[in-house]
Amino acid sequence: MLLSQYLFFFLSFVAVLSALMVILDKNPVHSVLYLVITFFAIAAHYLILNAQFLAVVHIIVYAGAIMVLFLYVIMMLNLNKDIEPHKKNIPKIAAVISAGVLMMAFVALLKDAEVSMLPAARNSNIGLIDSLGKVLFREYMLPFEISSILFLSAMVGAVLLSKKEIN
Amino acid sequence: MKDVIIGIPIQWYIYLSVALFCIGVLGVLFRRNAIIIFMCVELMLNAVNLLMVAFSRYFGDTGGQVFVFFVMVVAAAEVAVGLAILMMIYRNTKSTDIDALNRLKW
Repeated sequence: MLLSQYLFFFLSFVAVLSALMVILDKNPVHSVLYLVITFFAIAAHYLILNAQFLAVVHIIVYAGAIMVLFLYVIMMLNLNKDIEPHKKNIPKIAAVISAGVLMMAFVALLKDAEVSMLPAARNSNIGLIDSLGKVLFREYMLPFEISSILFLSAMVGAVLLSKKEIN
Repeated sequence: MKDVIIGIPIQWYIYLSVALFCIGVLGVLFRRNAIIIFMCVELMLNAVNLLMVAFSRYFGDTGGQVFVFFVMVVAAAEVAVGLAILMMIYRNTKSTDIDALNRLKW
């Protein structure tokens, strides 16, 4: 086996295991930390796929911004204790069965997909920042600008929602 | 730069993404804490992102990675608004349990 295959299996194992721990751990703070581990494993996958720019942006945006936001909300709401009431067993079993059926359906669909022989493309520099930046600012200029408007409206909405109402 | 990807078929990435996506779906159905449900939605978005990066690498097309960039933008905006809504819900009901919201039925 090649070194890259070992690397793939190790990173996938870490990602799937910590993703499972996100939903199995009772403490929300532990869930956030496990999700950070999952995001770092996914960022390492991006590096394997030669997408350096996305790996860095992924770590900055997800591990740096979004997860800190989650942690702050959990600490502000003082939820870092096990206060989640226990669900009844029947919804839990139904959830596990439906997720398992979804996964089986995906695997059955993708088992015979004709992508298995797809060779890796020869041009491996597409994830570098110069080629990505050229595409982003030429072909995707309008969506880039529109996403700034989306951010502005999301910011206004978040401030408006979290403001205390004055009666 | 040396190619690390040689020896990894794209099917492995497809199955990894399917596994992560299904764990996210399981978490949304399994848990009652709204914050954990948000985190599982993030996990599902990341599974899709990983698959898009893998396909863009294998096909040699930059468009997939640009789309991943836009998905990250939408995810960041979604988290900001979602957590603000969650704070407001907590202020009104004193819990983040989604079953406390069953009066929103109609």
